Amino acid sequence: MNNRKIFDRGIRNISGCGLVGMINKNGVKVGGEIIKKSVTLLNDRGNGLGAGYAAYGIYPEYKDLYAFHLMYDSKKSLDETEEYLKKNCIIENKEMIPINPKAINNSHPILKRYFLQPGLNTNESIHETGKIEEDEQIVRIVMNINEHIEGAYVFSSGKNMGAFKGVGFPSEIADFFKIDEYEGYIWVGHTRFPTNTPGWWGGAHPFTLLDWAIIHNGEISSYGINKRYLEMFGYKLTLMTDTEVVTYLLDLLIRKHKLSIKTACTILAPPFWKDIDKCDNPDNNYLKKLRMVYGSASLNGPFAIFFAHKRGLVGFNDRVKLRPLVIGTKDESVFMSNEQSEIYVLCETPDRVWTPKASDPVIVSLNENVN
Amino acid sequence: MKMIEIDAKGIYYRDLNRLIRKKIKEGNKEIYLKNVKGQYYICDGIRGDDIKVIIEGIPGNDLGAFMDGPTVILKSNGQDNIGNTMTSGKIIVNGIAGDVCGYAMRGGKLFIKEDAGYRIGIHMKGYKDKKPIIIIGGKAGDFLGEYMAGGILILLGLTAKDNEPIVGDYLGTGMHGGVLYIRGIVDKSKCGKEVEIKNLNKGDKKILEKLITEFCEDFSLNFNEIMSKEFIKLIPKSSRPYGALYAK
Repeated sequence: MNNRKIFDRGIRNISGCGLVGMINKNGVKVGGEIIKKSVTLLNDRGNGLGAGYAAYGIYPEYKDLYAFHLMYDSKKSLDETEEYLKKNCIIENKEMIPINPKAINNSHPILKRYFLQPGLNTNESIHETGKIEEDEQIVRIVMNINEHIEGAYVFSSGKNMGAFKGVGFPSEIADFFKIDEYEGYIWVGHTRFPTNTPGWWGGAHPFTLLDWAIIHNGEISSYGINKRYLEMFGYKLTLMTDTEVVTYLLDLLIRKHKLSIKTACTILAPPFWKDIDKCDNPDNNYLKKLRMVYGSASLNGPFAIFFAHKRGLVGFNDRVKLRPLVIGTKDESVFMSNEQSEIYVLCETPDRVWTPKASDPVIVSLNENVN
Repeated sequence: MKMIEIDAKGIYYRDLNRLIRKKIKEGNKEIYLKNVKGQYYICDGIRGDDIKVIIEGIPGNDLGAFMDGPTVILKSNGQDNIGNTMTSGKIIVNGIAGDVCGYAMRGGKLFIKEDAGYRIGIHMKGYKDKKPIIIIGGKAGDFLGEYMAGGILILLGLTAKDNEPIVGDYLGTGMHGGVLYIRGIVDKSKCGKEVEIKNLNKGDKKILEKLITEFCEDFSLNFNEIMSKEFIKLIPKSSRPYGALYAK
């Protein structure tokens, strides 16, 4: 299964990525033009081997359905996937994802989206629907397609949100997916410079599962440990890029283990033992337990990670700050990036701009009265 | 010759830097850059003690890297790697600065008005008349002066609230030359094992007073207020901490 080929997958290159994120806490939507403009300024942090966006609030007419974005190598993988989806889901609508193929210089997979809910249509379903939660059914469906159907990848599976990504520079991918036609209250955008994993369509950021969308600059050198740990919980790591583990770790810690976002971040970037052991640390017992229980979920290596979900956006760094992270605010909006100049692209006159401390997550949530 | 203005809006970094070099070559001594937004490598490697560049906007990473002589006045905040491997000249940042500023600096001055990020002044070095100087008016992150081999690094912590620490962890780790002056108290557990904390002697005070005077002039700050608090100094215990690492 792992030797499947989909576009440019064997290419390797060296260096760093660019990240941009924004949220309006009142749920006010903005068009994709601004995020395209800001990620494009980071062009030189990428090398054209991957760019992508995720936006929240883009499918209000289907807001109660899971929006699946699929990429297919071939008609065969499409047919096989649709067969599988028919058996395991109720598909309310499906359509090709609107694209402008002239925007990119390379070939692209077949890109199609489905608005669906999980559910038995025939007796052939391999899932025990009804006994498990909808979200969990969706995760299993995504894992099954990504693992077992050759040439098919689910690259977005949340409600009222979507990821759009591929091989190209950020402006090319934005034009390819007509990003400026979407409006979202949370946006993340990424330009990729693949370091030690291939640049291919599925390997572009964001990495998503349900409504999690993760973008990352750096390198998760604990990938092997994290992968084996996640596999114990049924996650299938098929995308051949380190960032994938972050998506599933957050899903595991926050959705399944019901931990807070803050705690999940502490697990991913835990304090050093020397700091936990300081006797004036009132949390040292708790932190010790977290490190002991979730040791295999901690991330090693340099990173700045942004993760979005339907009610918020979080940005955080590795423990020794080996990647940059800048935050800006303006009224009810929060902006995040690798580079301060980006903040000023997103907002000419921010109220405040600062760089958070290493491993100190900046957690932004929608205001409580926002639906 | 009067100051010339360059509107950097929408200009790609390579074209902008080419333009700056061209203007200097044409004999311009003062350049005013406006609408700078994220362009990398501004003023990198430019030479001439009589050149002055004023920047409005946020320049991209590596501002003034390898610079030899000019004065750069940044009117607002800066990003990462300002003054990277700079040889001489002066960079004044009227706001906050990002990570790894003054990396391997070998001469010149870098004055940052407010907070600076992680790894400021790592591996800065001095030789004979070349003595790099960094002054940070605000707080600094971890690894300040890591592997420092020469020069002077001063941290004032003027933006710290109440008892907030003004510097992060791993201060001066691996330091084997130069001196770090810090305004206030430093927790020994935050320092690298290669450094020792000392009180200032007369010579130190003279150096400090001269540099702080210049810093105060650049940013219109109150000298007496800054000097009213005690400073400590951090120096390396040895100039060759690992000299015997492979010898035994």
